[in-house]
Amino acid sequence: MPVMDKLKAISGSIAIVGVAESDNIGRVPDKGPMELHAEAGRNALADAGIDKSEVDGVFTAGYSTYDIAEYMGITPHFTDSTSVGGSSFVIHIAHAMAAIAAGYCEVALITHGESGRSNRARAAGNPGLAGAQYEAPYGIMGAPIGYSLAANRYMHQYGEDRTREAMANIAVSTRKWANMNEKAYFYDTPMTFDEYHDSRWVSWPFHLPDCCLVTDAGAAIVITSAERAKSTKKGGVNVLGVAEGHDHSVLHQMPDLTRTWGRHTGPQALEMAGLTHDDLDLAMIYDSFTYTVIATLESLGFCGPGEGPDFVANQRTAPGGDFPLNTNGGGLSYTHPGMYGIFTVVEAVRQLRGETGQRQLDTCKLAMAHGTGGTLSSTGTVILARD
Amino acid sequence: MPVMDKLKNLSGTAAIVGVAESDKIGRTPDKGPLELHAEAGRNALADAGIDKSEVDGVFTAGYSTYDVAEYMGITPHFTDSTSVGGSSFVIHIAHAIAAIQAGYCEVALITHGQTGRSDRARAGGNPGLPSAQYEAPYGIIGPPVAYSLAANRYMHQYGEDRTREAMANIAVSTRKWANMNEKAFFYDTPMTFDEYHDSRWISWPFHLPDCCLVTDAGAAIVITSAERAKSTKKGGVSILGAAEGHDHAVLHQMPDLTRTWGRHSGPQALEMAGLTHDDLDLAMIYDSFTYTVLATLESLGFCGPGESPDFVADQRTAPGGDFPLNTNGGGLSYTHPGMYGIFTVVEAVRQLRGETGKRQLDDCNLAMAHGTGGLLSSTGTVILGRD
Amino acid sequence: MADGYNKPIPIPQPESDNYWEGAKTGELRLRKCDDCNQAYFYPRNICPDCGNNNTSWIVASGNAKIHTFAIVHRPPHPGFMDDIPYVPAIVELEEGPRMATQIVNVEADPSKISIDMAVKVVFESITDEISLPKFEPA
Repeated sequence: MPVMDKLKAISGSIAIVGVAESDNIGRVPDKGPMELHAEAGRNALADAGIDKSEVDGVFTAGYSTYDIAEYMGITPHFTDSTSVGGSSFVIHIAHAMAAIAAGYCEVALITHGESGRSNRARAAGNPGLAGAQYEAPYGIMGAPIGYSLAANRYMHQYGEDRTREAMANIAVSTRKWANMNEKAYFYDTPMTFDEYHDSRWVSWPFHLPDCCLVTDAGAAIVITSAERAKSTKKGGVNVLGVAEGHDHSVLHQMPDLTRTWGRHTGPQALEMAGLTHDDLDLAMIYDSFTYTVIATLESLGFCGPGEGPDFVANQRTAPGGDFPLNTNGGGLSYTHPGMYGIFTVVEAVRQLRGETGQRQLDTCKLAMAHGTGGTLSSTGTVILARD
Repeated sequence: MPVMDKLKNLSGTAAIVGVAESDKIGRTPDKGPLELHAEAGRNALADAGIDKSEVDGVFTAGYSTYDVAEYMGITPHFTDSTSVGGSSFVIHIAHAIAAIQAGYCEVALITHGQTGRSDRARAGGNPGLPSAQYEAPYGIIGPPVAYSLAANRYMHQYGEDRTREAMANIAVSTRKWANMNEKAFFYDTPMTFDEYHDSRWISWPFHLPDCCLVTDAGAAIVITSAERAKSTKKGGVSILGAAEGHDHAVLHQMPDLTRTWGRHSGPQALEMAGLTHDDLDLAMIYDSFTYTVLATLESLGFCGPGESPDFVADQRTAPGGDFPLNTNGGGLSYTHPGMYGIFTVVEAVRQLRGETGKRQLDDCNLAMAHGTGGLLSSTGTVILGRD
Repeated sequence: MADGYNKPIPIPQPESDNYWEGAKTGELRLRKCDDCNQAYFYPRNICPDCGNNNTSWIVASGNAKIHTFAIVHRPPHPGFMDDIPYVPAIVELEEGPRMATQIVNVEADPSKISIDMAVKVVFESITDEISLPKFEPA
């Protein structure tokens, strides 16, 4: 099992020195996914003030490091294409930390790019996988259906009405944040509670606004040692804690549909950082669906099982609330190209740097970014601090 | 770039404590790839005397860690599905020692399984990738065509006749080793030089015996800290050096068709280990094609550019020769399910332990295992020492 | 689609639309970085060398020399069954970049083709949308 003494010894040894999106996000039909990777990578390196030639570690998911590195003209000495869906780019931070501590690389570039909205090419699935054999034949295909099955179990255990109200609270509060972010898909589109409740069903119990967007977007992160971070353009945002793991692949194998692997990664990342939940100023929690946020907050230990609805009641997570959550507008209202996790980190870094304009939090020194991948399968949690 | 002082500290901190193949290799039409992963994983854990419940790091390629971990009933705290083709499982060793040193996991399980021979499912390619647009339409599809293009360039630069003789030497010497390994596909089938030269063309300049087998097979490796390795069933084979990287994806982007990334990973792994080429008792070099071995030996620095035909002359790499190479019979004559790299490590560990029966080397204390992936694109080099 | 054409057919992507449109009209179009003043292949909006977006399209002369070739006797794809033996190659364009292609209008015999041999582009129409740039002896 993870060895906390060793992990504490590397806490703070690396820092995020650059973050960026691709030039455009949202609907970008004239650019392919690899171009979005490359744009975001170039922009993140510019944000860090580091030349592309200095990148020696390449991390990505969805594409091979072969494709991304060749496209960008990088020859990496450390490569990581671990793909666990939306959490991939968060867990890459753990991998980068180990690699930099070990000496395998000095400058790690994590890139993402997906044309979720404008895709011309979809890969065929592997018919040998459990999902293809034991779920797809029943029409259990894609995230909305899988997650709605989990959400209904939560409703059954903890009450339908209060769960519904909590889902509405997340949808509305997240939209309010998006209305303060010019890059958000729904920047110009407010949403009331009535509009939420009156919206069409996608897969009951999910209304349309319970479900994340499908957009085109890219993002990238540059990481280097804490020492080297001091001499970069904006200095570093230190990585104090980071953890990952998963406990199932297909939904019907999930041990408890109301508990994610965040039950391990949340405590592990916080302990590695020497912090508790109360120390955090910002939580960036992957919101593939409104339900994902509720199950995740409980799994991470912000509140107990079944307590998520009370925790997020009364727009506590909205602008001005005392638990700022997903201040970029989230996957629900900002952008969600398919594997959104990297954007939780991009926003956390920008909030910690004080770069987020009208949505900037007054106090933001410590933040958590948390990714979920697959069908509530994998999680990655990272704790970040302003230097 | 990689930081050698740190890497030297990492040298020897982890050990391989278990290796195995799946129950059967060669042709296994009654088993799917995931089953081969799981069989090999179970067998490697038995070889180590470690219970599956202790595995907290899962590494694989071709499949997601989701699929392999769920199939085997493992819930990992560290996951790595970096895929760079046949070199994947070798570079996983570098990733594993970094993760173990960092404290992310204590027992790493690397699994492989492919039914290259009996495959029922082939994934469709992504039409957005350069290979689909700029190579496949010309019939540059699959390794034999691509590698034959590289081999012809080598012949042009360094002489056709001597290159041909070197390719024959590799094919014949590797077959001799296979004739001493009961598990080898060609265990019962010797091959003479005349048979090599008279065999049919696959893609000129490659004869059939220049090309690796296509088999069904699985293999797995268990890695833990050097400290913990002492209390495992067979003790540890120490990981003294490990390095990786790549410089292109599609063949026409390869900077020099006669030089692989081994030019970096070989020297880096040896320096990390504090060793030179002359210290090694065994070289396990990925032999997807006879040419791969020639280009790799030069890239790794065993000899200079264009010198490998002399280096491997007169069956120097065969049983009884003074440069034992690919003692399991290699991808050419033992097994090659698609991504063979892991088998180079399995054989190196067995030779170091003295478990290889009639093909056992008299003196085997230090070995190199080297994987190549993609289209001569990625390499991983590990240096292993008997504890 | 041409009747019976069952080999892989490129599907144009946002960054390669112009490349394939050019091929259809008999032009081999390359991307060039105006900062590096260097042409490159395959088409990318971002220069793989300097990373800048200051890139444009140029039309290549179509003159090249063979960097390497092979002669395929066992087809890697059923579509090439009737073509064997065929001659895949990497050619070096006069403008600098290398690209993958086939050498056509030559006997598929190692004694009839040589590395460094001069070749020039020809276009083979395979569908209404796609023509493949191939090369023949100059």
